[in-house]
Amino acid sequence: MTRSPIELTLTEEDHRIARMAAAAVGLSLLDAAIPTPLPGVKPGLANIVTLLVLARYGWNAAAWVTGLRVVAGSLLLGQFLAPGFFLSLTGAVLSLGVLALAKKLPARAFGPVSWSVLAALAHIAGQLLLARLWLIPHDGVFLLAPIFAATALFFGTINGLIVARLLDEPPASS
Amino acid sequence: MRSWLRLVRPGDWLLLLVGGGAVAASFPLLWQGGLGDKAVIRRDGQIVAEIDLQTRRSLTVDGPLGATVIAVEPGRARVVSDPGLRQYCVHQGWLSRAGEIAICAPNHVSLAITGRNRAYDSLAY
Repeated sequence: MTRSPIELTLTEEDHRIARMAAAAVGLSLLDAAIPTPLPGVKPGLANIVTLLVLARYGWNAAAWVTGLRVVAGSLLLGQFLAPGFFLSLTGAVLSLGVLALAKKLPARAFGPVSWSVLAALAHIAGQLLLARLWLIPHDGVFLLAPIFAATALFFGTINGLIVARLLDEPPASS
Repeated sequence: MRSWLRLVRPGDWLLLLVGGGAVAASFPLLWQGGLGDKAVIRRDGQIVAEIDLQTRRSLTVDGPLGATVIAVEPGRARVVSDPGLRQYCVHQGWLSRAGEIAICAPNHVSLAITGRNRAYDSLAY
């Protein structure tokens, strides 16, 4: 038997991130399968995983899970390096940035619902900005901003509630 | 329902309230695009006056046939009277959208509305 020249030592955290990223990819596929009246309006179910990881394992793990989800999800949907990929990448980067700040808010007052809503708003803001700068260089895209913001608020609240509910339950012993 | 409400913390409520208010406010703010913000009055193609559509003002422009009177009010402007024969520009009434224009051709005077977001290049009836 030949010895493998490269030894990859996988830590417990690597496994955890991979597991979480797989769950996030699954949810983003589900997201893509839900029909929507307007491109860009979708529940963003994968963010539930990001927020759970953020709450349990910290920002770094959440960033990993989100990054893997964006890349793997777009590969599975055949969108890798297509405009949709860059839109979701920009959204993800911005919402991770906002989450880094949101995590510092006093926990007594601000919970997962706040994180989720802020992340959703940052996500859509990033996408609109990229769309304005690159895809549709016209201020007309901002006419859609109120619809997107309202959607972000709505789904952000629901996802946040789901996250808060899941965090409330005792962690499953796996 | 109660068990879900328990999960929302005070700051969350505040954020939802502020966010909801901002979103509600953004609808009229972003969707009234096309409303003009300036009235531009020209004689022989040269700009005679640019009047902010916030003010209330009346202006007389002298052309080859006589005086054309233009009135500006907050949000709208019109040609009040014109010496021209057919009075098209007077009958056009109040103009409020960016791109709208009333042309008093016989007297070489025109009144146009300009705005930041123009929904049309030009509107005339």
